[in-house]
Amino acid sequence: MNWIYEPWPWYLAGPMIAFIMFLLIMVGKNFGMSSNLRTMCTVCGAGNKVDFFKFDWKSQKWNLVVAFGTVIGGYIGSQFLSIDTAVAINPVTISDLKLLGFKSAGTAYLPRELFDTRALFSFKNVLILAIGGLLVGFGARYAGGCTSGHAISGLSNLQFPSLIAVIGFFIGGLTMINFIFPLIF
Amino acid sequence: MFKSEAASWFRIYEMFKFESFHMYGIISSALGISIILTQSIKKLKIKSFYGEKLTFNSKTKSFSRYMIGGIIFGLGWALVGVCPGPMFTLVGAGYISIFIVIIASLLGTFLYGLLKESLPH
Repeated sequence: MNWIYEPWPWYLAGPMIAFIMFLLIMVGKNFGMSSNLRTMCTVCGAGNKVDFFKFDWKSQKWNLVVAFGTVIGGYIGSQFLSIDTAVAINPVTISDLKLLGFKSAGTAYLPRELFDTRALFSFKNVLILAIGGLLVGFGARYAGGCTSGHAISGLSNLQFPSLIAVIGFFIGGLTMINFIFPLIF
Repeated sequence: MFKSEAASWFRIYEMFKFESFHMYGIISSALGISIILTQSIKKLKIKSFYGEKLTFNSKTKSFSRYMIGGIIFGLGWALVGVCPGPMFTLVGAGYISIFIVIIASLLGTFLYGLLKESLPH
């Protein structure tokens, strides 16, 4: 049973994701996490100002439950099923990140330089987290889905728009890492 | 999500650097099985657990919204290293900073709703 404390391999995680999608389809729902962000806006009262958020959020309660489930999963995974959470990424990537100033590469789950609670005292870090989150929320809704909704649900239903979106995800991601990272880190 | 390290910023960075198979393995195995499951459900007209007919929503036809929206999403994904699923995983894992990302992503979603009519779709 020691394997459970080790990082789980892709061939375990991938099929588990597919199984979640299957269960959601079989109960008449669909797999898409970013819809929750819209629902949460509605719960906070955004429907009073913008029509896009005027819908019966209770019909989306099941999806909020899925999101809450991932919170619990994250808690169990980090508290009870992990001894060492350092992510063993490619040594080439580690040395590359060290050059960018991420000294925690290879020794942590998230870069301490950015996600450590102490890093919140840096205005630049808070700004980076906020801008990134803003782009994720805005982009996901503009594209009509995120990694789960497009790359898994949409593509498995052979939707061409989802392929365009996934190509867009990579154009954006590659631009950020290759052209914008050298400017901000 | 946590145990497969798909919620790790480092794994996302490594993925966009094409320096590991890990993330591609997760996505492609999830997708491969999902395609088989979804297409079988459609072909064999499998009913839901409650015996209802299953329908799949088609995405509306457009290029600009998927491409522009996708690029904006990708920029954010690479910067903060999380997409809308793993950000909740990290709440459970106890990272306080992720709340800034979540609040900002709610703001981004709200901003989209606000500007929806004036954006190319």
